[in-house]
Amino acid sequence: MQKPSLELKGSSFTLSVLHINDADLDGIARELDDKLAIAPQFFLGAPLVVNLSAISDPDYNLAGLKDLLISRQLVIVGITGAPSAIATQAKALGLALIKSGKQSLTQPQLPKTTKIVKQNIRSGQQVYAKNGELIIIGAVGNGAEVIADGSIHIYGSLRGKAMAGANGDKNAVIIAQNIDAELVSIAGQYWLTENLQAHASIKSGCIRLDGNSLTVEALSL
Amino acid sequence: MAQIIVVTSGKGGVGKTTSSAAIATGLALKGHKTVVVDFDIGLRNLDLIMGCERRVVYDFVNVINGEANLNQALIKDKRTSNLFVLPASQTRDKDALTKEGVGRVLDELKQDFEYIICDSPAGIETGAMMALYFADTAIVTTNPEVSSVRDSDRILGMLQSKSKRAEEGLEPVKELLLLTRYSPTRVATGEMLSVADVEEILAIPLLGVIPESQAVLKASNSGIPVIIDQESDAGKAYSDAVARLTGEEVEMRFVTEEKKGFLKRIFGS
Repeated sequence: MQKPSLELKGSSFTLSVLHINDADLDGIARELDDKLAIAPQFFLGAPLVVNLSAISDPDYNLAGLKDLLISRQLVIVGITGAPSAIATQAKALGLALIKSGKQSLTQPQLPKTTKIVKQNIRSGQQVYAKNGELIIIGAVGNGAEVIADGSIHIYGSLRGKAMAGANGDKNAVIIAQNIDAELVSIAGQYWLTENLQAHASIKSGCIRLDGNSLTVEALSL
Repeated sequence: MAQIIVVTSGKGGVGKTTSSAAIATGLALKGHKTVVVDFDIGLRNLDLIMGCERRVVYDFVNVINGEANLNQALIKDKRTSNLFVLPASQTRDKDALTKEGVGRVLDELKQDFEYIICDSPAGIETGAMMALYFADTAIVTTNPEVSSVRDSDRILGMLQSKSKRAEEGLEPVKELLLLTRYSPTRVATGEMLSVADVEEILAIPLLGVIPESQAVLKASNSGIPVIIDQESDAGKAYSDAVARLTGEEVEMRFVTEEKKGFLKRIFGS
């Protein structure tokens, strides 16, 4: 097969960020020259991202700043933290708008995964389903722990501990064919054996959060 | 192909050494060349139960350290042909066992023997881990009480995650349940867990049920494996278990309460 003439791959690079605290270009030019004089080789041709979060003036002279940096042999690759009016200027000047790692931390949605375990979970064993549901086909013994960020389904007896919604998901549930647990917990709210004994008539059931307290209901409709 | 069988339990005092001695003797009586290895370094007991304590010169740790060869350390049983004992060291501790050393000794034993019975120490530390690491089959010795059952459950978890077979992704260790010190009378009165209760919790096939018996203590103190005493219930039950281990189908005995005759009820047993 012929090799494609281009490939698109993601990589991360470390870039220097120049923080502009003052709109006055002359002042910037002076301070920049002082800095460059310290280590001229280091900054020669260095790619820079300009952080404009301290600038509120929508008519800021971005073109002037760009020319200033270019005249000092610096390569400006993009801007970050700028208000939208300046962002429009940047587009016109062919500069990229770069979101810093911190800015883009608006909860990246991790894909939910389901973990299926087809065996008995023995005393002392621990199973954790990160970011998803946990399905156990087998029993969970005394002294065993099953934990999931989502719901937990147990097709067998639950004699050990089950903790659903470990990440705080209040909609998580615990379903077991035979509830005989040491502890059940959903999003931090928990019940011990003695709390469960009040509902001893329910053998196979679903434990969920009702407001801030746990409830258990039989599985049969 | 030699089979390595570990007799394990997690909890102490449930009858691992008694069972190791009885099962090894039973296999040898059936004509299989068998060796029973004491992994309880520092708390050597197997030699007492086997009645060979006065004949221990070199031990398992000596062989691991290359201070003696295997033939010098193996003790031939006087009563039963085909049976050998590899005693533990009484002066060392469990750290004397290394995976490489134990593996080397077991490999050498595999050349000569059909069955290698490993008598595990209690606990889940080095000694017990070394005893179960190389096993093909595990006989999980359990008493019908909750703490023993829970510890057995823990050991079953270890077998599934820490054994050589688990680590190398081979066919899992075959797990068998041996219920010891069983008293049908006390089960009937609700004081003791029943066979069904234990089977439900541990969910592994049942190898045998050994009834609580006076004969066991007597046998231990006289250094004769209880399986030799075929008059006793325990001896018979161990024979049945050995038969099942070698693939025979034998009905379970001693699991229900014995009906007492009229005279026995009046005069006691």
